[in-house]
Amino acid sequence: MTIDLKTVKHISKLARISIDDEKAKKLAGDLNSIFNFIEKLNKLNTDKVEPLTSIAETTLKLRSDEVKSKNIRDQILKNSPSENKDFFVVPKVVE
Amino acid sequence: MSTDTGQYLITRDNNIYEVVIGLEVHAQVLSNSKLFSSSATKFGAEANTQVSLVDAAFPGMLPVINKYCIKQAVKTGIGLKAKINKRSIFDRKNYFYADLPQGYQISQYKHPIIGEGKVVLDMPYGQREIGIERLHLEQDAGKSIHDIDPENTLVDLNRSGVALMEIVSKPDLRSLDEVNAYIKKLRSIMRYLDTCDGNMQEGSLRADVNVSVKKKDSKNLGTRCEIKNVNSIKFMQLAISYEANRQVDLIEQGKKIDQETRLFDTKKNETRSMRSKEDAHDYRYFPDPDLLPLELKDDFIEKIKSEIPELPDEKKKRFIDKFNLSPYEANILVSDKETSEYFEKVVKNSDVKLATNWITGELFALLNEKDLGITQSPINAENLSKLINLIKNGTISGKIAKTVFELMAAGDKDPKKIVEEKNLKQQSDPKELEKIILEIISKNQDKVDQYKLGKEKLFGFFVGQVMKISGGKANPKLVNDILKEKLKK
Amino acid sequence: MSNITSQNLTELIKNIKNKKISSEEATKSFIERAEKSRALNCYITENFESAIKKAKEFDNKPNFNRKLPGIPIAVKDLFCTNGVRTTAGSKILNNFVPTYESTVTQNIWNEGGILLGKLNCDEFAMGSSNETSFFGNVQSPIDVNLVPGGSSGGSASAVASNLTPITIGTDTGGSIRQPASFTGTVGLKPTYGSCSRYGIVAFASSLDQAGPMGKNVKDCALLQEIISSYDSKDSTSINFKRNNYSELLTNNIKGKKIGIPKEYRVENMPKEIEDLWIKGIDFVKECGAKIIDISLPHTNYALPTYYIVAPAEASSNLARYDGVKYGFRSKGINLIDMYEKTRSEGFGNEVKRRIMIGTYVLSSGYYDAYYLKAQKVRKLIKNDFDEAYKKVDAILTPSTPSSAFKIGEKTSDPVSMYLNDIFTVPANLAGLPGISIPAGLDKKGYPLGLQIISKAFDEQNLLNIAYAMEEKINFKNTIKEWWFN
Repeated sequence: MTIDLKTVKHISKLARISIDDEKAKKLAGDLNSIFNFIEKLNKLNTDKVEPLTSIAETTLKLRSDEVKSKNIRDQILKNSPSENKDFFVVPKVVE
Repeated sequence: MSTDTGQYLITRDNNIYEVVIGLEVHAQVLSNSKLFSSSATKFGAEANTQVSLVDAAFPGMLPVINKYCIKQAVKTGIGLKAKINKRSIFDRKNYFYADLPQGYQISQYKHPIIGEGKVVLDMPYGQREIGIERLHLEQDAGKSIHDIDPENTLVDLNRSGVALMEIVSKPDLRSLDEVNAYIKKLRSIMRYLDTCDGNMQEGSLRADVNVSVKKKDSKNLGTRCEIKNVNSIKFMQLAISYEANRQVDLIEQGKKIDQETRLFDTKKNETRSMRSKEDAHDYRYFPDPDLLPLELKDDFIEKIKSEIPELPDEKKKRFIDKFNLSPYEANILVSDKETSEYFEKVVKNSDVKLATNWITGELFALLNEKDLGITQSPINAENLSKLINLIKNGTISGKIAKTVFELMAAGDKDPKKIVEEKNLKQQSDPKELEKIILEIISKNQDKVDQYKLGKEKLFGFFVGQVMKISGGKANPKLVNDILKEKLKK
Repeated sequence: MSNITSQNLTELIKNIKNKKISSEEATKSFIERAEKSRALNCYITENFESAIKKAKEFDNKPNFNRKLPGIPIAVKDLFCTNGVRTTAGSKILNNFVPTYESTVTQNIWNEGGILLGKLNCDEFAMGSSNETSFFGNVQSPIDVNLVPGGSSGGSASAVASNLTPITIGTDTGGSIRQPASFTGTVGLKPTYGSCSRYGIVAFASSLDQAGPMGKNVKDCALLQEIISSYDSKDSTSINFKRNNYSELLTNNIKGKKIGIPKEYRVENMPKEIEDLWIKGIDFVKECGAKIIDISLPHTNYALPTYYIVAPAEASSNLARYDGVKYGFRSKGINLIDMYEKTRSEGFGNEVKRRIMIGTYVLSSGYYDAYYLKAQKVRKLIKNDFDEAYKKVDAILTPSTPSSAFKIGEKTSDPVSMYLNDIFTVPANLAGLPGISIPAGLDKKGYPLGLQIISKAFDEQNLLNIAYAMEEKINFKNTIKEWWFN
């Protein structure tokens, strides 16, 4: 199974990472060698095996329904690149 | 157009098409804090003031699940007579959007918390059972505001992370009325259970609509299209109507229907395809490794079952049996939990028939006019009960009662007081009434003769005169009886 | 009393408690040494002024009941530190200053530790040589142009060159144990769920664990008791009985059964590694423990499994780096354009490769064949260990398939880089604790490590075995400060 340029372009779109053709070609090469390596798993028959759902040997802890987080708007917006004190600002979506 | 069974049918030349509808309702869970973080969930807060580090997806932040939201989902599942899945898994639904800070939504994909159930609708043509496919818990997204800044989109994450229950129906709905009834019933059940306030204007109840068409009596379902985020029942109906016709037109032209997601344009009243078609969402679902499978214990579920209040269907049955109401009347009185409670308070001490009529008639009209809910009613149950008793024991007539009712709504609440002060007691003394009637008869001998000769309509004139002279307080029944007697040929 | 920076943690604590050294003196010593050692490029962010201030505060009002009284410590730049820049070795977080603290580092400050600064690492912890950092390569103090290992390369190098008495790293596929092995230091990856992941920049959620890296086993045992805690803010944190590992540390491992897994004898295994392993087996016997041959049949599938599971989780964990809320943002003509440019410019090549792998193995049509399959194989690998632990108490293997290599030697072939993790990855997949202790030198004089893996939650046993062997091995790092300005 080979990963071609078209696939690389498709995956990079899904991952929201822009990539030019030259880099995409190199990436396809890298990915192919990595996938060759990963393909090993196909040799193993896992028909009767249950997938691991969690490695942590515990049950899901449930939190009580209390409001503990306060208004920390300043903190939340502090690291954002815009000056707006109330909102996150992003370029418009093309819908 | 619809049939006796209410089906929405579309006809073109000689082909009749059935419209098949399924709904995916997103209901915001009533809880103090969010599903995976402890931020507040109140509607209407200033932008980004109910956002924690977890909600804003800062590096290293992790989700911790809210026990109460799980309870709410289980409660709702019980209300939908659905299977409670003791083991369920939270999955990540991966996609990018400005109001999705994590770049994924924590949802449930293959193993939801609630399985199959059903909702019963009371339609004019009988009961219809609508199947529920599943209910799962997921995070709500934040809000993108496109119309404040012309060049940019502003993002408010207050809503990001609030718990949603996604309720997926089977494609069992067959008409616009059924859609209306289904939403109302779902809403009613969740409000009874206090698991969602069902407020569509505030966005706590939203729906995606799945529409397909098929030739009548065909066994195969057609290709469906999903119309996203329709936020009122009216728009849902318009959207379905437009979409169904669009699909029928395509089929008639021999064209194929693409399975796609569409938006409803509320200005043009049409659905259109969402732009990003090449980017058909591949959500790459996988179990969230920051969480573990959710395992519900039997006693947890049993405790919730024991706390379920009487639900609309059960209450309706009880009202019909206990109060002898018609199904139609019972339906109206139980659709809203607060209304049913009001009703039961009123009928504790007064006549059921009158109570039913006054609540569903005058009271509802008043509340509608003032745009109030029954819990904000200017006339409370005790006082309405008193009013009804005054009618029942003959102190006032039904007509006068309407006047008293208006006065109660405007100011003083006690009907007894109002009747006293405004001197509105019915005149029920037969002797007094006879006096008035005889006076009128003597003054209108010509009309009396005409009446006796056959002009029966004149009876109303005499009644009217009695009312006029008595200031509207004459007891109508007695007036009728005495007049009849006195006007005997 | 030896030179301050040459002291190990235990000695340093003793000397501070005895008031032979003040916190200020200790802190200034490590700072001076760091300032002379910039060629190693261990630090991404120096926190020196603040550290001295805190040290002085400590000296003014010392609390010697703390376990790390006034001890200056630098930590891997993957731990969010309140008010101190945290970059994860990436351009995309180049200017990110957290307003919160990770649980693990908070535990250290609560015990009196003082932050010296943030240590270099592979970008988003993805790498085995610390060559993928946006902030440049880290040099191993062992020799010029030698990689220190990764991803906790800055941490390992800093410990080995005495820039910090101890540190914490993170280990997802070997990122603590492998660099420890390359630099002749000790590195412990605890049981999954032992240390809270709250506030640690996430790479692969079901594999990441924080752990101590130090000069000896006892120091690591002390730090482990400090950093390991149940944290309700992390749903995968486990509430189990944690020991005071350093207090209960013993070199008496008589009668313990140590397993030797035959599958770890890989094809083309260098003779030096084989010899080291045999030496280790002898040491085990000298300690009075028993050697038992075991089989972990699915070992060969561990690395491919890891390279499906880890990138898959990473591709999702790194989706939040989109330029919207924090971090680097590139100008875009619309939202999608902004995302694509930001992530293309903000992430380095290795990170992008792994995000691509992860996105692909989760994508429609491939999920069953890759991700689901990998989770099944992971179950088989865990079962292998569960079976083995019916017969043995711990397992002994080499830590790495070779000693450290030269900077640039493996960067052209990603797979050859991935093979570095071949011995360490299984413990992450099975959630088990593992430790690497230095055990010898190869013919170039570069350190080689031995790895011990124990049962889940059995850190005490693990540390005891390591402690006993360390004594027998008596390894001495012979580092000459070739890098001083």
